[in-house]
Amino acid sequence: MQNSYDIVIIGAGVSGASCARELSRYRLNILVIDKEADVCCGTSKANSAIVHSGIDCKPGTLMAKLNVRGNELMEPLSRELDFEFDRNGSLILCFDEEDRPRLQALYEQGIENGVPGLRIVESEELHRMEPNVSDDAVAAIWCPTGGIVWPFGMNIAMAENAFTNGVSFCFNTGVTGIDKEEDGYCLHVKRSKAILWTDGNTGEPLRSSLPDGEDTVRTRCVINAAGVYADQIHNMVSSHKIHITPRRGEYCLMDKGTGDIVHSTIFQLPTPKGKGILVTPTIHGNLLIGPTATDTPDKEGTCTTQEGLDTVMQKARLSVPSVPTRQIITSFAGLRAHEDGHEFLIGELQDAPLFIDCAGIESPGLTSAPAIGEMVCSIAAGLLNAEPDPSFNGTRKGIIDPKKLDADELSDLIRRDPAYAAMVCRCEMVTEGEIIDAITRPLGAHTLDGVKQRTRAGMGRCQAGFCTPKTMELLSRLLGIPMTEITKNGPDSLLLTGMTDKASSSCAAPGVSGGDNE
Amino acid sequence: MNKAGLSYYDIVIIGGGPAGLAAAISAKESGADSILVLERDRELGGILNQCIHNGFGLHTFKEELTGPEYAARFISRFHELGIDCRLNTMVLDLKAEAPSGDEGSSNGCIKTITYSSRSEGLVQITAGAVILAMGCRERPRGALNTPGYRPAGIYTAGTAQRLVNIEGCMPGRRVVILGSGDIGLIMARRMTLEGAKVLAVAEVMPYSGGLKRNIVQCLDDYGIPLLLSHTVTEIKGKERVEAVVISEVDENRRPVPGTEKEYECDTLLLSVGLLPENELSRGAGVGISPVTSGPVVSESLETSVPGVFACGNVLHVHDLVDYVSEEAAAAGKRAAEYIKGGASAGSDTPCVPVKTGNGVRYTVPSYIHPDKAGERITLRFRVGDVYRDCAICVYLNDSRIARKKARILAPGEMQEVILSGDELRSFPDLTEIKVCIEAN
Repeated sequence: MQNSYDIVIIGAGVSGASCARELSRYRLNILVIDKEADVCCGTSKANSAIVHSGIDCKPGTLMAKLNVRGNELMEPLSRELDFEFDRNGSLILCFDEEDRPRLQALYEQGIENGVPGLRIVESEELHRMEPNVSDDAVAAIWCPTGGIVWPFGMNIAMAENAFTNGVSFCFNTGVTGIDKEEDGYCLHVKRSKAILWTDGNTGEPLRSSLPDGEDTVRTRCVINAAGVYADQIHNMVSSHKIHITPRRGEYCLMDKGTGDIVHSTIFQLPTPKGKGILVTPTIHGNLLIGPTATDTPDKEGTCTTQEGLDTVMQKARLSVPSVPTRQIITSFAGLRAHEDGHEFLIGELQDAPLFIDCAGIESPGLTSAPAIGEMVCSIAAGLLNAEPDPSFNGTRKGIIDPKKLDADELSDLIRRDPAYAAMVCRCEMVTEGEIIDAITRPLGAHTLDGVKQRTRAGMGRCQAGFCTPKTMELLSRLLGIPMTEITKNGPDSLLLTGMTDKASSSCAAPGVSGGDNE
Repeated sequence: MNKAGLSYYDIVIIGGGPAGLAAAISAKESGADSILVLERDRELGGILNQCIHNGFGLHTFKEELTGPEYAARFISRFHELGIDCRLNTMVLDLKAEAPSGDEGSSNGCIKTITYSSRSEGLVQITAGAVILAMGCRERPRGALNTPGYRPAGIYTAGTAQRLVNIEGCMPGRRVVILGSGDIGLIMARRMTLEGAKVLAVAEVMPYSGGLKRNIVQCLDDYGIPLLLSHTVTEIKGKERVEAVVISEVDENRRPVPGTEKEYECDTLLLSVGLLPENELSRGAGVGISPVTSGPVVSESLETSVPGVFACGNVLHVHDLVDYVSEEAAAAGKRAAEYIKGGASAGSDTPCVPVKTGNGVRYTVPSYIHPDKAGERITLRFRVGDVYRDCAICVYLNDSRIARKKARILAPGEMQEVILSGDELRSFPDLTEIKVCIEAN
């Protein structure tokens, strides 16, 4: 592994990936490093998948500014990078005439924040727009710029585009310490089954395994996009300590087909009693409800609780009484990186030159990500006097989704590659062709969750019951590793504990599993 | 070939598992000639191929076979009859109408099937009749909304069965099983035989969802405890399952605080129910029962869409494959008759609903045209609770025509009653048939 970079970005979530993609416009030698096995494994992975309008940010804050800017950038970016985004609009419901002044104040705050198109709609119009919204809702604010996005798609797209423009990525590698040096920083890293991706811009991208153990990486500039760990990273170099609280949000996701119960994203007007629970269609036609907000000291505390899930279901019914909770297919929890001041901390540290924080990125962090990348890039490129790279290519094509093709296009595709006719995931209708692409493309998947997050195989109503063995077999074959080394989402999440006695005596070669259907 | 240039078959059967095979064989033997079976897997036989335990075929063949052996008997008959099938073929869409561009077709009852396969690419074909035989899938963890982390090591019992029996992989070494459905019970034994330790099977209901014989042969014989009225209330371990917490539940299936017990394990297998796989049926406009999640069918096993029949686990979840074969054979025969007659069972003949009385969750069929009922009709159903020393009763209007004593009825076992076609036809002003459970 090369040992010296212009920039090391810590964290391959949506903020880190956005910074990497923006900075890949310049002639800079950049490494993104993440302690997890893949991009999009922390806060970016488990959230509301909402592109916020920016109405509820405090005016004058960086949050407000970057939210509105991120919202603006989302649509062109989704086209450039080929990820799914829909501007479905959002509604903030008011359930009590007594809360009207609060609704009005929120509306005015939105205007102040520069959110376009805001309008207060009265009960009759509201129920015409959303017939399944509770009769108790007396009015709402309509935010036409609100949207929904596929967070994995966006995060992966930005990372892939950064990679093909020359940014290296290193996974399963945690930063354990940072030393300030004369001409930059020395990062102490610890690797466990680490994977390094390099040379994405050469046409022959390289995926290599690195030996386990400790190592150092030198860099002129550090960008701290470490999510709930951003305080730890920051505090390694700065005497002005910051503190980030993991704030857990629990969600329930319902089967496809439930997403048409509402068209827009339904929020509840925050009241002194609480912030409320949202009900939203997802970009793929599921219905998502949540989140709770529980502070936890555990930066890995992404477990759901009975109490939390009960709260989500109960409060979601206040907005949409007919929420079909019987059709829940999964529940999950994510951690927001809540900084004590509830503000994005973005900028070079006073006492650590060329160390740039990108910390406290909680909601609306996903929405703001494109703007965060833009801002961090302008700071870093400026400080480093970076030169634009004329070979930068800002477009990226995602994995082909045969479901979006018409019959002729699909026939052509299958003729070119029959793997697109072989169905692996029945629930989400994901073909072998898509899974092979997900595994073999630059910065491709090497875990079961990696395949799932790139293709949706296993995200449907059977939750990977049917496709798990087949996907594991493809991972084994294409990566040349035995079935017993395949993980769900990282070194400690092995899917198997071994082979059966019979199988281990009859075959030991990697990828040979007896389940081949060629 | 029809006007649009697409291949036409009298009967297309979706699924080549036990239901599809029996339906195809029966349709052929009933005189249908052009039959095509579409199977998504690489071989015929469906889920039977991974069921390497014995106990199949006691009713059909009067001997105990393994799943693959049971399937093999049907597959060889299938090939003897020279029936066509396409393997590695996924049906993407079923429409109860002629393909676009073929609106002028004289046959108003044509169905269009779109499938894809490696060898043929994307293909559209048409059919006079379609038999749905897609089977079912397992309910996942998410459907239970069990709190905790989402680590590796949580599998449905059927996925684990495939991993062990087909792929030769061990999903775990210390196992807890949630749910006492038959696949869970079978896997308790299978994992034990492969050297894993199965700590317990927890069942939220006060009775097992599986067959009595499986409880004896798969749990009792291996000293595996069955914890009735218990459920998993927490899953521990972020990367891989490290433990599960099992709690007792009250009569409303709510966990009783203070009864939590932690089981250190690396694997949680789920056997918490099966769901008929009816995405294609819904797409074709087939009416679905909220109780079974399968199509609503008549005595001919014909769905609400004329010429579309259903059988096996896509229709309702069966306990024994023998009954799947029997039901599917009936569907095949009726589909063949439909093709010969060219008309649907009974839009023009009287139709009588089958009502579910005390204790009966559903019946298949759920309505009957007495004129089309033939000699006899098998009504299959499941009870909603355990009943001891009781009787299965059948009423025509208000008069009881049958009373079958039973020592014990359990939800895990499918029940049946046979109705005489003549009796239905001769009953004056028949408006309803009712099946119920009464005390003995």
